[in-house]
Amino acid sequence: MSAAMRVRDDDLFRYILRLGDLSLVLGQRLGEWVGHSPALEEDLGLANIALDLIGQARLLLGYAGEIEGRGRDEDQLAFLREHGEYLNPTLAEQPNGDFGRTIVRQVLIDAFQLELYEWLAGSTDLRLAAIAAKAVKETRYHLRYSGGWLVRLGDGTEESRTRVSSALERLWSLTAELFAEDEVDRAMADRGIAPRLADVQKAWNARIDALLAEATLERPPDRPYQWFGKQGAHSEHLGYMLVEMQYMQRTYPGARW
Amino acid sequence: MNALALFDPAAAVADARIASAWAALREVEDPEIPAVSLVDLGVIRFVTAQSDGSLEVGLSPTYTGCPATEVIQAMVERALAGAGVGEFRVVRVIAPAWSSDWITPDGRRKLAEYGIVPPDHSSSSLRDLRPGCRPVACPRCHSTHTETVSEFGSTPCKALLRCRECLEPFEYFKCI
Repeated sequence: MSAAMRVRDDDLFRYILRLGDLSLVLGQRLGEWVGHSPALEEDLGLANIALDLIGQARLLLGYAGEIEGRGRDEDQLAFLREHGEYLNPTLAEQPNGDFGRTIVRQVLIDAFQLELYEWLAGSTDLRLAAIAAKAVKETRYHLRYSGGWLVRLGDGTEESRTRVSSALERLWSLTAELFAEDEVDRAMADRGIAPRLADVQKAWNARIDALLAEATLERPPDRPYQWFGKQGAHSEHLGYMLVEMQYMQRTYPGARW
Repeated sequence: MNALALFDPAAAVADARIASAWAALREVEDPEIPAVSLVDLGVIRFVTAQSDGSLEVGLSPTYTGCPATEVIQAMVERALAGAGVGEFRVVRVIAPAWSSDWITPDGRRKLAEYGIVPPDHSSSSLRDLRPGCRPVACPRCHSTHTETVSEFGSTPCKALLRCRECLEPFEYFKCI
């Protein structure tokens, strides 16, 4: 690889892609609910959260493209990368399942993004700080919605409680990846661009524990298991999702509205 | 003091262009809430004269994913071109992030008249996840006996509420 082909700041590029891909993939998943939600209000709610997430992804992927310096814009990064080039944590790509499972996935990620963005709003990278300061307001609102539903479903009927409990059990092992620090995370923290993931985890634990207590749900035990979506090794689900998401650009390259 | 010595014709022309740009922008309605202008909503952040003689107009989206943002930008460009303010460019400004606190008093009044309850002042604490304690009054019967039907409404910036006295559903401008 020639020097000109190397990304100028590969760590920052990968870090911003991770953030952008998390929002994009989760936004695409929520978009799958449109027209299928249990009630019109939830259709609106999930679609609105999806819109915010995709808006955040546009800002982040646009910035990532500039850092990369090869002329790829937000659309090329979103629609023309292979699944192994996606750097979202594996939790984000998990299928929607029922409404309860979607809410559990949402709570776990909303709380993560909230802690992250609160810190990133003061990042030494001013462009990222500006995006985070915008995103944190939206994310706070998302958690208010998803957290509210977790409490209602957990402390609800026998049926709703059974469903969210099993979703929590199912998704919990994927949360370890959110806080698994690798060389990219370490480099970003050393430069004051991003927080130490251990600190994020502490704050996330406190928030999640409080929500679970209010929802009368038990926190599942941590298991020694980890996924590697942040490094590009995904579950089987991402490929299927991307096939649908990227269909239009793959079939009609360069198509515009 | 000689007033003539202080008179800078170039600056006066620039000021006049800035004033006509603001006047034109005050006429641009929000595409989804036509009761208020973009200036009322606080999404036009600034109009400044650049050293190259062009005007720079700062536009802040309300929500990052608001689908109206592109339409708004096109409307702003059309209005400015129509007002004949000369060369200009519209830039997106995300920092500081738009807040519902930026809606002007005039904008709040217009929202209320249109039947959308204007936002409460945003919470200073980012850790506060609970909706404001202050009950929202029904725009029809003014009862504060209201409930939230949905945190999200027909546009990214609104929530859906219902009055428990007169049973009328109504919209509330989200407070962020």
